[in-house]
Amino acid sequence: MKRHLLEAGDLDRDDATLVLDTAAQIEAALAGREVKKLPTLRGRTVVNLFYEDSTRTRISFELAAKRLSADVINFSAKGSSVSKGESLKDTALTLEAMGADGIVVRHGASGAPHRLATWVKGSVVNAGDGTHEHPTQALLDAYTIRQRLGRLDGVRVAVVGDVLHSRVARSNVWLLSTLGAEVTLVAPPTLLPVGVGSWPVTVSYDLDAVLPTADVVMMLRVQGERMNASFFPSAREYSRRYGLDARRMAALPDEAIVMHPGPMNRGMEIAAEVADSPRSTIVDQVGNGVSVRMAVLYLLLGGAPE
Amino acid sequence: MADSTDLPAPPLLGADDLGRVVDRIAHQLIEKAGSSLADLVLVGIPTRGAPLARRLAARVEAFSQQPVDVGSVDITLYRDDLRRRGVRALEDTRLPEAGIDDRLVVLVDDVLFSGRSVRAALDALRDLGRPRAVQLAVLVDRGHRELPIRADYVGKNVPTARSQSVKVKLAEVDGVDSVTVEDA
Repeated sequence: MKRHLLEAGDLDRDDATLVLDTAAQIEAALAGREVKKLPTLRGRTVVNLFYEDSTRTRISFELAAKRLSADVINFSAKGSSVSKGESLKDTALTLEAMGADGIVVRHGASGAPHRLATWVKGSVVNAGDGTHEHPTQALLDAYTIRQRLGRLDGVRVAVVGDVLHSRVARSNVWLLSTLGAEVTLVAPPTLLPVGVGSWPVTVSYDLDAVLPTADVVMMLRVQGERMNASFFPSAREYSRRYGLDARRMAALPDEAIVMHPGPMNRGMEIAAEVADSPRSTIVDQVGNGVSVRMAVLYLLLGGAPE
Repeated sequence: MADSTDLPAPPLLGADDLGRVVDRIAHQLIEKAGSSLADLVLVGIPTRGAPLARRLAARVEAFSQQPVDVGSVDITLYRDDLRRRGVRALEDTRLPEAGIDDRLVVLVDDVLFSGRSVRAALDALRDLGRPRAVQLAVLVDRGHRELPIRADYVGKNVPTARSQSVKVKLAEVDGVDSVTVEDA
């Protein structure tokens, strides 16, 4: 493993498989226990450095670090010296001077974790940067697919919706193709990034055509806060063409599963009855997120510093 | 004629010896456990302690006509030397459904050396439940303890130099049963 986890491309097939296997072993080791705590990272300090609000990702990382007995510091940009004008670099150096072994960073600017990694000696984990990447989300998605379907090689995954703004989609494309899955992006042309032709994916504008052959449908959140231009005519129009409702779900093969990284816009990209159906893995994904993040923290911080 | 130094060291225990040693420990377990045999859980420490625990359980079952629970507990996440040795892939932790509370747990490992693996296993057990008693069975005790830990059942005591290494091979993992001592 490399020292940092900045993007899904940092993981080759062996590394990615090691993370998933480690997460499975950790989950098995903790299953049915009263004390869900391991002493592995005792004495290590993990800082959650969040420049953007994200309660669920922060809590997931916090729980993962605490279950490994690390000391956890939550640093939110709001109300901190960042609002007084301190730069990312100075914040990072301050945290390092305080003895942070690992920094989990969420930042609105794509590439911020890469810059951070050049300034600090500890390990940096990207918890989402701008519209760039969210590698631990992709790992937990891959883990969930493997858990439900038993494999990743040859699995056909349809990623549906706002690919343009989605770091989840970007990370999933790279990780899933590394692990041998076949990814199809389904979105209106306005919500596909420039250069998608060079990605290891196929592209479709027609959700109904893709569903009958999909093993996994991954719905992306329509990010209202980023819809600052006319990407589609109306919410109703989008929902009609790219939303997953019960009728569309019925077109899926019997074993197929439905995923969503959350938080959901119920009734927009996903209908409530789909989100709550047994095919939906949305709740599993949240639980698996903790196991996968424990695996990542163990593999990055558990051993001797190089 | 080949130079004698080219020959591999003869195994300390061959396949037949290893089978006899396992049988002997199984008999000792039955004798020592007495009426607690129904509560017995054999917990192997991966990698080679796990198949060893399964073999031991099979022999105890054969001799006593009583079913015996088996499990394994990976101790990697409990090691105190991770910072020196670096991370490694984890192995299976599986306990019997009935758990280990109020039962007689016998930890099973291939080689007892510094005692640090056993200490880590004891820490892991503490998080998994509260056994009535914990005992230790090892195939080989090679000495050089760094902690106040001793085995209750020892297949073979092997005096070694620190520089030597004891290699245990089991059919389940290595395709062959043998124990050898090798000079570094």
